[in-house]
Amino acid sequence: MNYLLLIYSNEAEFAALDQAAVKKMTDDYMDFTKSIIQAGHFKAGDRLRPVSAASTVRVRNGKTTITDGPFAETREQLGGYYLVEAKNLDEATAIAARIPGAKLGSIEVRPVWPPAA
Amino acid sequence: MTAGAAENAVEAVFRREAARVLATLIRLLGDFDLAEEARQEAFTAALEQWPSQGVPDNPRAWLINTGRNKAVDRIRRDVLFRTKIVELEEASVGSDSFEMLDDTDDAVFGDDRLRLIFTCCHPALNSEAQIALTLREVCGLSTQAVARAFIVSEETMAQRLVRAKKKIRDAAIPYETPDPSTLDERIEGVLAVVYSVFTEGYAVTKGARLIDVELCGEALRLGRLLDALLPNNASVMGLLALMLLHDARRLSRVTETGDVVLLEDQDRSRWDRSEIAEGLLLVERSLTVPGHISSYGVQAAIAALHVRALEKQATDWPQIVALYEVLLRLQPTPVIELNHAVAVSMVDGAARALNLVDSLAARGRVTQYHLLHAARARFLQQLGRLEEAREAYWCALNAATLEPERRLLAARIAVIDKCSGSAPAGR
Repeated sequence: MNYLLLIYSNEAEFAALDQAAVKKMTDDYMDFTKSIIQAGHFKAGDRLRPVSAASTVRVRNGKTTITDGPFAETREQLGGYYLVEAKNLDEATAIAARIPGAKLGSIEVRPVWPPAA
Repeated sequence: MTAGAAENAVEAVFRREAARVLATLIRLLGDFDLAEEARQEAFTAALEQWPSQGVPDNPRAWLINTGRNKAVDRIRRDVLFRTKIVELEEASVGSDSFEMLDDTDDAVFGDDRLRLIFTCCHPALNSEAQIALTLREVCGLSTQAVARAFIVSEETMAQRLVRAKKKIRDAAIPYETPDPSTLDERIEGVLAVVYSVFTEGYAVTKGARLIDVELCGEALRLGRLLDALLPNNASVMGLLALMLLHDARRLSRVTETGDVVLLEDQDRSRWDRSEIAEGLLLVERSLTVPGHISSYGVQAAIAALHVRALEKQATDWPQIVALYEVLLRLQPTPVIELNHAVAVSMVDGAARALNLVDSLAARGRVTQYHLLHAARARFLQQLGRLEEAREAYWCALNAATLEPERRLLAARIAVIDKCSGSAPAGR
């Protein structure tokens, strides 16, 4: 069985951490990632850019609408994900609009941080 | 050249070229902030060098090259931007032709300005951010001026602009003219931004002033720019026509003391005939583009019928009603329904118009819209139902937020009180 582990946190609290705390957190993530790779559990994982970089795609009556910000309807629950590569936001949202679920719910399009050098 | 003359020359070039230089630098550097700094440095360099070396033959290309070189130097100094420099060097491989840019290359600059407009009006930015970015980056208004237009502090506006530019960068919103499959839809988004700038200028929604001339002027400039960059587009021509035909009446819409003058009471000799002539021509062209009826074009055609009438009695109301019916099919909104009802009152009388407005109100979507109550009040007054008219005017007065409109409504109530001989309702 595969499991998706979703990491929720308060962006404002994270932004308020001092440099030492951020470094500790980053190191802990590196250690954790290495450990699950070694143990054979790791499939994929990425750090997401903050919600300020998010856009939402919906398709209703065949018409695509794109709005600023994350999906906001609390009656919608996370039901799946795709990780895609696209040359820019327009290409990413065009792909998102083709996801069948975009006709019923909404697709949050969130850029992923490039891997640390 | 004297220092003063050189400064004047730089300033004249700045006014003419600032927006184009920025649009091209954003494409070359791939970053708004970097481009803004580069432009600043290029103009500073011009002030230093042009007095002794003379103004270059092609000041625009000189400024762009200088700006780009300064930015590249800056990036080289800044190790944090190491990856950026690789991209830039890759991009500049094919840029020899760029060095030879001259004034015949207006198409290139036009494309860059269009890219900038589409990026600032990208739907993944919220609409306030779209309007603010467009005023700041495309029109070149200062942050302070944009803040004034939104009635927020300069600091708040600066933060809003920073956030918008961060979103463009972080989400990789492209600096591109959209591809043909989405172009029409994206143009509609751009036009919505331009029209918002215009309506915010023409019918200020907050405060004591009725008209912000600067915003109207910027919206018209944007409309003309779009018409030049996207020629023969029905929606672009329709919107430009609509704005011109409204703007032509601007001076007669408000008294010197800041009171509202309704269309029927306006001094038609004060309407701007040259704007009307330009607008009428554009309406014709917008409505004859094959295969596409633009709702802006239809609205402009309605405005055209108003301004064509040299006296209010000459207004072709049946034609206006017909055009509102076309518009309702394209865009069934409560505001258009209300305007349709007002036009119907001029053709079929107040009783039928009242039915239309009551049916609109019964659907409950616009109960807080002061103009709905004002229109109802007027129809009731025309039907001699003064008590109900007074009641409706009070509803309008309570919902209206602009001082000049509140004064107009209060005056209407006073007239009814005088006619019916009753004491003013104490509320």
